[in-house]
Amino acid sequence: MSTPSRYWREIPQRYRLEANKCNRCKLIFFPPRLLCPECKNRDLEKTKLAEKGEVITYTIIRVPPAQFSDQAPYAVGIIELKDGVNLTGQIVDCAFDDIKIGMKVKLEFRKLFEQGHAGILCYGYKFVPD
Amino acid sequence: MRDVAVIGIGMTKWGELWKKSLRDIYVETALLALEDAGIDRIDSMYIGSMSSGLFVGQEHIASLLADYLGQLPVPATRVETACASGGLALRLGFMEVASGMSDVVLASGVEKMTDVGGDEATYALGTAADQEYEGYQGITFPGLYALIARAHMQKYGTTREQLAKVAVKNHHNGLKNPLAQYQFEITVEAVLNSVKVADPLNILDCSPITDGAAAAIICPADMARKMGKPLIKVIGTGHATDTIQISQRKDMTWLEATYQAAKQAYAMADKKPEDIDLIEVHDCFTIAEICVTEALGIVEKGKGGEAVEAGLTAMEGKIPVNTSGGLKSKGHPVGATGIAQVVEVTKQLRGEAGERQVKDARVGMTQNMGGSGGSSVVHILERE
Amino acid sequence: MEGIIGYGAYIPRNRIKVEEIAKVWGADAPSYKRGLMLEEKSVPSPDQDTITMSVEASKNALKRAKIDPADIGALYIGSESHPYAVKPSGTVVAEALGVTPEAHTADFEFACKAGTEGMFVALNLVKAGVIKFGMGIGADTSQGAPGDALEYSAAAGAAAFIFGRDKIVAKIVDTYAYMTDTPDFWRREYQYYPQHGGRFTGEPAYFKHVTGAARGIMQNNDMKPEDFNYVIFHQPNGKFPLRVGKMLGFKKEQIEPGWLVNKLGNTYSGSSPLGLAATLDIAKPGDMLLLVSYGSGAGSDAFIFKVTDRIEEVRNLAPLTRDLLDKNKNYLEYGEYAKFRRKIRKAD
Repeated sequence: MSTPSRYWREIPQRYRLEANKCNRCKLIFFPPRLLCPECKNRDLEKTKLAEKGEVITYTIIRVPPAQFSDQAPYAVGIIELKDGVNLTGQIVDCAFDDIKIGMKVKLEFRKLFEQGHAGILCYGYKFVPD
Repeated sequence: MRDVAVIGIGMTKWGELWKKSLRDIYVETALLALEDAGIDRIDSMYIGSMSSGLFVGQEHIASLLADYLGQLPVPATRVETACASGGLALRLGFMEVASGMSDVVLASGVEKMTDVGGDEATYALGTAADQEYEGYQGITFPGLYALIARAHMQKYGTTREQLAKVAVKNHHNGLKNPLAQYQFEITVEAVLNSVKVADPLNILDCSPITDGAAAAIICPADMARKMGKPLIKVIGTGHATDTIQISQRKDMTWLEATYQAAKQAYAMADKKPEDIDLIEVHDCFTIAEICVTEALGIVEKGKGGEAVEAGLTAMEGKIPVNTSGGLKSKGHPVGATGIAQVVEVTKQLRGEAGERQVKDARVGMTQNMGGSGGSSVVHILERE
Repeated sequence: MEGIIGYGAYIPRNRIKVEEIAKVWGADAPSYKRGLMLEEKSVPSPDQDTITMSVEASKNALKRAKIDPADIGALYIGSESHPYAVKPSGTVVAEALGVTPEAHTADFEFACKAGTEGMFVALNLVKAGVIKFGMGIGADTSQGAPGDALEYSAAAGAAAFIFGRDKIVAKIVDTYAYMTDTPDFWRREYQYYPQHGGRFTGEPAYFKHVTGAARGIMQNNDMKPEDFNYVIFHQPNGKFPLRVGKMLGFKKEQIEPGWLVNKLGNTYSGSSPLGLAATLDIAKPGDMLLLVSYGSGAGSDAFIFKVTDRIEEVRNLAPLTRDLLDKNKNYLEYGEYAKFRRKIRKAD
């Protein structure tokens, strides 16, 4: 089990969707990087991702990794947010049959998993129907 | 740069090898390659292994395996690009021989996957994805390819049946490969009705969990000629990368790293897709084979599904793909897969592929892929 | 002038009906429904807890308050189901909202009264001029032991209130607190389910403290039940708030807008705060509201609010509480509910 540092470090991204915007080519990207993936510029500013978007592809995970074994089956999709950023995340609070490409979703704060019975609780974003 | 030839290959029967440890499997296989080459000493060795740490709790395996193979103190290097580790081992070995740095190099791969439970294996394989932004959300390896499959179906109208036909074809081929893990035929219906893993992919769309190793001995072509070996030359190599998060790609249905790696290999070998007689591709999931054939330029973008359906890539088709049975039927001990592809192509070019021999095979290609396409290694081999 | 500048609610979409629980334990559903005036209750998904619901309720409150979260000087969460025994819920919520680092936070626990405690302290810190904005949240994913009467009511939900001095939605007229040591309901350290004193939770506990607080604050302000448009009481079941209202001289119509319990269950620390949110959803400028919470152990906090013109502007900036309650419901069977609430013993 990793120390909490690894979790803690990602809090701005996972809790608040903090991203970067390139001051040259204006690309918004997530998670933040030290240089723009498109134009390699290092002059970047902090921004927040849009909290709404639509499903561009999805799957239902029925054979989960160990940490998610209590949750299966669950849906995971790639969501194109309104600012053009694509994000991978679970789609919850709807029947699997209702999930469609093009479906409108919004972000909600949820618990992703627990580090065993005694470890830290790991929070972040998931998507719910909008 | 010196020309490089494959002078020895080794592979044992793959599967759930309960009695054998990682080192047992590896040494047994590497010895076959040494015997095949008719040598007992090498100058250097490369071992592709994705995750011996997570699968058997052992790192530093290069020295361990050099020792057990009786080759101390040769330099031994473990290389890792997830499931493309094997292909990369060959590429690095090729560079070492071509450069003149070494003469005889063992390019190999191994993975012992059954010493952990299913959910742990799922986790270990999942580490090929972006752990902080894909793994954290509970995505799995089949899940990533399922995301690609759904997008491909949406964009190009690829059907569930076309995906199934990849598995059916590869099982059909694997039936004739005595080293394959699964030597049985399956039907489209069986694939469609098999247990769901990550919709739209079912268990029969997925390559299995496998223990196994594969090995190839390479040396300068001149040396091979003097040894009187059938001359199977490595005439092209390519390696490229892409984002490991599929959500960050401009087109999720397109394997850019494979396209780029193939471009390099074609240029180096001075070959075009139509010059290739057979290909071993990385069909870790049925959708992968469809996307790879597109990226290699064998079929048009978006036509991979139709091509399988039309039998283009079948044994008797225009360009046989995965005559070995592919990862699907032969098995997929991740680090070993890239080398096993070279073993198959070498057998075909030597004319030693038995019942599955492609007639007059002269030029063969291998394509080995890491993660959901974040890395890809392509080689072109030719019989002189 | 101080008061509420933004409010928000959150209710999970899962529900379980009284009949579904009664069926498992061989209990008589109609008598439970009559006796407790409960039809169904909300159930959190496995990925929802006090922290996640607090974040969502707070985001809804921020939508109405339209302030920079960084200006919030204190954030208090009241709950009897804080996910950690040691480590605050408040830090996670504050971090998710962008309130950190210049803020004070504390997790409150006082059975079902913890939510209004957080509101009480946040509001009074604003009043004292210590902070510009303060946030009080009541949230719970409460547990009732399988087969116990509490299992029919223990529900999940959250409500968040932001207090400030300008752009007020409901002005605070007065606050009041009333408490004694009365062990009517408790949960010892390391115990999974709470214990309660049965009928002892009624007269000497709930009724004594709720009437004590209500009468105290009305007397201090020289007000009578008829001076209020609406009153919100803690709602451990359907009957208690109606009965206590009658005892105090309130009419059913004054209670009903904030009476959510028949379809929601008892959301513990979220109970009376959610009732207040639902009442604000329908209140008109000038309306007078009385809020009286109750927490076992035991005590009540009382608040008098006067609704301002701004209510009309902010009401529709976030989901209405009744919509969260009535729309997009997902009914669970007992097996699924037991799995969600971890009532099934699994292999390690």
